[in-house]
Amino acid sequence: MDVLSLFPAWLLEHGAAFAIVLPLLMGAITAILPSRTLAWWTAFIVTLVVTVTSFGLVLNMLSEGATIYSMGGWDPPHGISLVVDALSAPVLLLISAMAVLTVVYGMPATVAEVEPKKRAPFYAAFLICFAGLMGMVVTGDAFNVFVFLEVSSISTYALVAMGSARDRRALTASYNYLIMGSIGATFFVIGLGFLYMETGTLNMADMARILADLDGGSRVAKVAFGFIIVGLGLKLAMFPLHTWLPGAYAYAPSMMTIFLASTATKAALYLLLRFSFTIFDPSFDYVGVLMKYLLVGVGIVGMIFASLQAIFQTDVRRTLAFSSVAQVGYMLLGVGLATAAGLAAGYLHLLNHAIIKGGLFLALGAFWYRFGITRIDDFEGLSKTMPLTMAAFTVSALSLIGVPFTAGFVSKVNLATAAADKGWWWAVGVIVVTSVLAIIYMGRILLLAYFGDAPEIDGEKAKRNEAPLMMLVPMWVLAIMSIAIGSNIFNLGDNFVGAAEAAARLLLGGGA
Amino acid sequence: MSIIFEQYNYAIVIILMMTGLYVVFASRNLIKKLVGLSIFQTSVFLLYITIGKVSGGQPPIIVESHGADHASLEPVLVAAANAKDAVAHAASKSDVLYSNPLPHVLILTAIVVGVATLAIGLALVVRIRETYGTIEEDEIEALDYQYNLEGTAD
Repeated sequence: MDVLSLFPAWLLEHGAAFAIVLPLLMGAITAILPSRTLAWWTAFIVTLVVTVTSFGLVLNMLSEGATIYSMGGWDPPHGISLVVDALSAPVLLLISAMAVLTVVYGMPATVAEVEPKKRAPFYAAFLICFAGLMGMVVTGDAFNVFVFLEVSSISTYALVAMGSARDRRALTASYNYLIMGSIGATFFVIGLGFLYMETGTLNMADMARILADLDGGSRVAKVAFGFIIVGLGLKLAMFPLHTWLPGAYAYAPSMMTIFLASTATKAALYLLLRFSFTIFDPSFDYVGVLMKYLLVGVGIVGMIFASLQAIFQTDVRRTLAFSSVAQVGYMLLGVGLATAAGLAAGYLHLLNHAIIKGGLFLALGAFWYRFGITRIDDFEGLSKTMPLTMAAFTVSALSLIGVPFTAGFVSKVNLATAAADKGWWWAVGVIVVTSVLAIIYMGRILLLAYFGDAPEIDGEKAKRNEAPLMMLVPMWVLAIMSIAIGSNIFNLGDNFVGAAEAAARLLLGGGA
Repeated sequence: MSIIFEQYNYAIVIILMMTGLYVVFASRNLIKKLVGLSIFQTSVFLLYITIGKVSGGQPPIIVESHGADHASLEPVLVAAANAKDAVAHAASKSDVLYSNPLPHVLILTAIVVGVATLAIGLALVVRIRETYGTIEEDEIEALDYQYNLEGTAD
């Protein structure tokens, strides 16, 4: 089967640039489109085309290895390069595929949640956010990362605030996100400044080479690493810096919550991997110490505390938001292990969690769309009124807990094995304990939904009122993906594990 | 002590940075927080401009034989690429030290980003003022708390 030959040569050659430029340009055009339907079609076609492009890039990467694209024909290290390798290509495909699913879902969801005259700008901001995330992942230039980080963040602030038509707290949530996000981005850019002082270059590969020559560099490089970790930590909701996340997830329009939960923190985590393994190297003493004591430390504490906080929430969206913080802890634990198995498990959990959390938030948005509910108490009897949606929610919930034959199980087992290989049995214990906590906070919702009676509305029992097809399709795609990864249907599980192992090999083999 | 006077730019950068960060965390007024954020970002602009300065360096502009051939443009391009090499390179060629213009270009981008963030932030504050009738964080929290107690049943 030669799918690769179906792609035109120019698309494969310029695909990396095309995937950023197309949504960026079309975002500007979408903003002035007169009709909402036209804006939706533009967003849908753009995300679909970019997904096909990313798929081509992944196939090309698998057959020919990593490619470096020189933007505008200016060769690195002076020009900006775009790098498609085993680490970035899967994340590119993940972000663009999630974008397609959320846009499909967004058709009914935005009608319910966003005021009519704001819908075209909503899709425009979405496309710009999408372009920013793609740019963050594909670029090989450190300062370019900052620019794309801010492109995606600033459009996200606007998108979160658009939830104010539904709940006014979206405004304060967006404001808090803006303050925290800008501080994070500024920390990151301070770190880059110091890194530039040390190395005199902005190209990532060049930086890595110079830092390896300097054997880690002077105190300036150490300070740079600290600033970059804190800056990225704010963006990826590392435990004590996560305070912006629950508000932003809970009050954003549901389409945006899905996209944020499944891509934004993942792209930031990808950058953390990029910076701490391929630019810096764990063999530098300060990087190794920071990873072993800081990343693992905040990862573990975050897993426990955020899971506990999730149990005490009354709003399901906030429960899931805190659960996201806990899942970031798992990924950080994998990163902090700094072994091939640990990194592969962390990277696999990054991909799996995007699919799982995307599925959960998709179902939540559908519940709100039909009944206007987000509180746990209101979930009583939902399995009778919206059986298909609830079934998809259940599959993703089981996957989040880590039940066998689901995606969550594969990555959690890999992570536990990696920790045990290194002799960190206490970490295995923490994984088990937090999985039990996940059973409590997800199980509480499922119990009410399946064993409660449907509530009475206006004197009669609520009738079956299934979500529209455009909402059901994306959530079932993700639910089936989650099972397919867990039980290795269509070799999906092997492909995901293989991609994660290739990424881990690249991370560990890249440095000195 | 002398190191502070010789490298006073860095002292200013640190003072501005800490002032800005303190204002963001300490003030409960939404506008004041944004002011703090701007000061914090400005300190980074100064840091970058300081990085670009090479002691005794001239502005990276070639005066003689301007545009005559490509060879004369070379020092500029090299200066843009690598600060350390550029110093040696330019010195060996024409005995003129050039400052590194790249950080200035980078910080132009960062200034634009800062302006965009500030604009979005101020727009949000306007919307918050319209919705809540206040821009004091304590009062907003009190209003939201009350709203929570009443429930969302509307």
